[in-house]
Amino acid sequence: MEMISVALPKGRLGEKVYAQFKAAGYPCPSIEEENRKLIFENPEAGIRYFWVKPSDVAIYVERGAADIGVAGKDILLEYNPDVYELADLGLGKCRMCVAAKRDFREQADRVLRVATKFPHIAGRYYASLSRDIDIIHLNGSIEIAPILGLSDVIVDIVETGKTLLENNLEPKATIVPISARLIANKVGYKFKHTKIGELCCRMEELSQKGQACHD
Amino acid sequence: MSQTSLRPDERAGLRLRELYQQYGYLPYRMSKFEPYDLYVGNKSFLVSENILTFTDTDGRLMALKPDVTLSIVKNAHPPAGALEKVCYSENVYRTTAAGLGFREIMQTGLECIGSLDMAAMGEVLALAAESLSLLGRDYLLDLGHMGLVSALLETVSDEMLRKSLLAELGRKNQPAINQLCAQGGIGQELAVRLGRLAGLYGPAPEVLLELDDLVQESKARTALEELKALCGILKHLDLLNHLRLDFSIANDMRYYNGVIFRGYLPGLASGVLAGGRYDNLLRRMGKAGSAIGFAVYLDQLDRLEDSNEYDTDILLLYKAEDAPADVVAYAEKLRQSGRSVRMERSEPMGLRYRELVYFDEGGAAQWK
Repeated sequence: MEMISVALPKGRLGEKVYAQFKAAGYPCPSIEEENRKLIFENPEAGIRYFWVKPSDVAIYVERGAADIGVAGKDILLEYNPDVYELADLGLGKCRMCVAAKRDFREQADRVLRVATKFPHIAGRYYASLSRDIDIIHLNGSIEIAPILGLSDVIVDIVETGKTLLENNLEPKATIVPISARLIANKVGYKFKHTKIGELCCRMEELSQKGQACHD
Repeated sequence: MSQTSLRPDERAGLRLRELYQQYGYLPYRMSKFEPYDLYVGNKSFLVSENILTFTDTDGRLMALKPDVTLSIVKNAHPPAGALEKVCYSENVYRTTAAGLGFREIMQTGLECIGSLDMAAMGEVLALAAESLSLLGRDYLLDLGHMGLVSALLETVSDEMLRKSLLAELGRKNQPAINQLCAQGGIGQELAVRLGRLAGLYGPAPEVLLELDDLVQESKARTALEELKALCGILKHLDLLNHLRLDFSIANDMRYYNGVIFRGYLPGLASGVLAGGRYDNLLRRMGKAGSAIGFAVYLDQLDRLEDSNEYDTDILLLYKAEDAPADVVAYAEKLRQSGRSVRMERSEPMGLRYRELVYFDEGGAAQWK
C-alpha cells in the first residue's frame, strides 16, 4: 500500500499536530509508546511519521524525504521553501513581533540594530518601511540582546508575551500572525494526490471545528 | 561505444536528441559564453537570477550561459509563415534554490519559433510526454495555462497584489488567497474562484469539466478552448493517462502567455521538465511571432537508478617479477570476451569486482 510520510516538528507543537492527525484517522500506536525509534509506521492507515527539528521540517519536505509536514509560518516565511502550503491547521498560534524595552524610544536618524533568529523576515519588514537596519543574527535567547545593549529591538515570536514582560520588554508592532501549516512536497503531492488530498480535507475539517470551539 | 558505459544523464541526452531529430528538429550548437548584456535585461526570465560572469580578453563582460532559450531566441529568424525548430543539449550554469553556490546542469530541450498553430503546439506537448516516457514509465505531465490565470487576475489593478496572488497560487495556498483578496478589496466571488483554481489538480477530463463552470471571462474562455483542443490532440495520441491539469505552475507573465507545462518522475523531489509558450519574451526581444519550447534537466537522473554494482568485471593481480608484456597481453585477451579487466599488483581498497584472477596461477599457466 502506498505510504505517506509525514515530517512532524519535535516538541509541544508536534504533539498537538500528531493528536490532530490521529483524530483525522491516521493513528500510529508505536509513536505513543516510550521508545527510541526514529520512524513510526502504521501500514493499515498508510502513514509513516518521523520527528525532526521544527526548522528542518520544510527541508525534509522540499527535498522529498517527507511527502508532507507541518511547519510554522515563521519557518516558511524565513526560508521560503518551494513547497505547497495546503492548510492552516490553526495550531501553535502566535505572532511575529518587534519588541523592545518598555521605555525604548526609536531614534529615526540612527541605524536601528535588530537582533533576531529570523533575518529574512526582519530584513523584509524593515525594507518595506524603508528603514536602515543592522541585523544581528542570533540563535536563541533573543530577549537578552536589548537588555545588554546588543540591539535596540528584537524581532521574534510572541505567544503570550510573558517572557517579554518578565524581562521588562514589550511588543511594539506585529509583523505577521503565525500558525502551523500543512505543507507538501510538490512532486509527492502529484503522485499521491488522492491520498494527500483526502488527508488535507480531513485535517482542515478538524482545524475548522477546533477554530469554532475556540471562538 | 556501448550504451551501458554512458552515465544515465548522457544516455538520456543521447536518446532525447535522437527523438527530437526524428521530428525534424535541427541540432543547435552554441558557444559556452554570451555577452552579459543578453541576460541582464531579461533576468527574471531565468530560473535563477544569479549569473557567473568573467571579463573577456577584450574587456567585455561575459557570462557562462545560465539559460539556452535566450540565445536561441536572439538568433532565431523563422521564415515567414513557417517555423524554426531547433533542439539542443547544453550545460548551463546557475544556482539552485535549495543548494548553495553555482552548479553545472546538463539540459536538453527544443524550441519551436515562428507562426505557431495548434498542430505545432500539440506536437511539442506530445514530444514533452515522449521525452518523459523515455526517462521513466510512471511520469506525470502537468499542464496549465497562463492566459487563463492572467485573465482571472486582470481585474486586479494593484500589480503587487497580482504578484502576491500568483505566488500563493503557486503554493496552492487557499487560505492566503482568501486573505489577500479580503485585504485588497477583491470581491468574494473572484476570491472563491481563485481559491478553487489553486485547489484544482487531476486528470484532464474531470478538471476541464470543473473549469467550464469556473471561468467566465472571455479571454479565459479562449484559453480554456485552447486547453481543450490540446488535450484532444494528446488523447488522440493516447497520451492522456499521464496528463494532469494544474494551475499552480504559473510563471512570470512578462515572458509567458499561453500553455505552460512541467514534467515529473516518481522519486525525484523536483521537476525534470519545464516548458511553455513565451510569445511575450519574443516581443521583448523585438521579434514577431510566437514560440513554445521546453527543457529537460538531466542532472537529477543519476538518482533514479542504482549505479553499477561492479566497478570492473575482472581484477587481474600480477607480481612485480611477472613479465610486463605477458601481463598486458593476457589482460587484453581477457577483454576480448567483452568483460572489463583492471590490472593491479595489489587489490585496491574498496574496488568492487566480479571475479579475481591471479596472473601467476590460472592466468599465466594457461597463457604460457
